[in-house]
Amino acid sequence: MTDESDDNITMRVTRYRPDKNDPPVPVDYGVPLRKEWTVLDGLNHIKAEQDESLAFRWSCRMGICGSCGMNVDGEPRLTCATFLSDYAPGPVRVEPLANFPVVKDLVVDINDFMEKLPRVKPWIIRDDDVTEIDGEYLQTPEELDAYKQFSMCINCMLCYAACPVYGLDPDFMGPAAIALAERYDLDSRDHGARERLDVLIEHEGVWGCTFVGECTRVCPKHVDPAGAIQRYKVKAAKESVMAFLLPRAAGR
Amino acid sequence: MTKRRIEPLVWLTFSGGGVAAATFLPVLALLFALAFPLGWIDPPSYDRMADLLGHPLTFLVLLGLFPVMLIHAAHRFRYTLYDGLQVKHKLLVAMLCYGGALAGSFAALVWLGNALT
Amino acid sequence: MSDTRYHPPVRLFWWTTKRSYFLFVMRELSSLFVAWLVLFLILLVRAVSRGEAAYESFWDWADTPWVVAINLLAFAFLVLHTVTWFNLTPQAMDLRLRGRRLPASAIIGAQYGGLLVVSAAIAWLVLR
Ligand code: SF4
Ligand code: FES
Repeated sequence: MTDESDDNITMRVTRYRPDKNDPPVPVDYGVPLRKEWTVLDGLNHIKAEQDESLAFRWSCRMGICGSCGMNVDGEPRLTCATFLSDYAPGPVRVEPLANFPVVKDLVVDINDFMEKLPRVKPWIIRDDDVTEIDGEYLQTPEELDAYKQFSMCINCMLCYAACPVYGLDPDFMGPAAIALAERYDLDSRDHGARERLDVLIEHEGVWGCTFVGECTRVCPKHVDPAGAIQRYKVKAAKESVMAFLLPRAAGR
Repeated sequence: MTKRRIEPLVWLTFSGGGVAAATFLPVLALLFALAFPLGWIDPPSYDRMADLLGHPLTFLVLLGLFPVMLIHAAHRFRYTLYDGLQVKHKLLVAMLCYGGALAGSFAALVWLGNALT
Repeated sequence: MSDTRYHPPVRLFWWTTKRSYFLFVMRELSSLFVAWLVLFLILLVRAVSRGEAAYESFWDWADTPWVVAINLLAFAFLVLHTVTWFNLTPQAMDLRLRGRRLPASAIIGAQYGGLLVVSAAIAWLVLR
């Protein structure tokens, strides 16, 4: 099975079967090594030709949907955007995303994130009652530019898989959620910064983060969640100093 | 109303101390911990040092620097113990780290005061 | 319903499994050496405050092999702290000039400039 000839590569895929009580085990599969094949193509080949019981998620195959994240050779990656040839001669390890409970094989349970995300209120909050019916909210290119980077997130969870703090303390809000809070804070149409700060100023908000910076390194969309978290700390610190110096004014 | 939390203020001190340690400590360490003891440069005479530390401005600057650097170190080391060694007694660790920093700051205050002329 | 999911355990020395994690923990460990160097300086202040004899014996102590060894190690960690601190600052600050974000290189450069000025001033004061 482990044929490491020129046009083959071994994929060492972690298998986990929830109906058995055993911990996950790596299983080797040989797949053709074609220049334009991604890790996801390799998995699809295994599923089609060798073992149809292999479970993994994917959809768009073009780095948009964010569902194909896995740990490839220990690094969280979008498998549809990761080429097998970069891992030649192999074997290349394909594991489920780290820091999440594993449902089956390469499928992880991200409910924890789905539960956290609404807590930072990632939507536009107004303190007046202007609605879409009253017309469009206009923005200048500069105003768009202020938050655009943070709006590119595809919820692929690579940053959570890379974050040791999240692995150690699952209560930590985590990179993508905080970056999305920042995305709305920086939006000129939004007035919800204070509401979000009240959530993030808690210990489980931003303070557990020790600026490892791995989230930013692995993010396929260059969102820079680590930067967003540090800027949130600066914001929280500013607010606290203000509240300390001007107890009244801060009550706005 | 913004919630009152101690974390933002501690973090602010941590950051200030990080800047202080990055900018002020290298030259101080290079001179006093390496160059003078190893004889690369002759250490200043006692009178010169007593003069320098006797100046109120030196007193103020060092009294500003030492405590923030100690709190920076305490805060960071606290998280190193939490994350790197997964120490479970979190409150105890926090008390030892910040307590140590406060004790050091107090010692600095006393001796800096004694060195004033 | 029983939980059939597999919960991967976190290893105690998780940071030895990846280079970037290891560097991170070393960066954080620099705190211990920052604390030591500050303590060393505070002890120097104490020696000066106690008179000439104490001052001279401070240098004798500072020259003992184990103190020198610790100080060499501490200085290496301090360099790591300074370099990483300066490098990470632009990410934590969103400085804008006429609506445009300041390039990281400008912020990093300014910090090294500050380091240079401070170092020169202190060296001049001490060595004068
Ligand atoms: S911030 Fe980046 S790594 Fe994290 S979920 Fe969004 S796109 Fe993925
Ligand atoms: S399959 Fe959609 S991002 Fe990879």
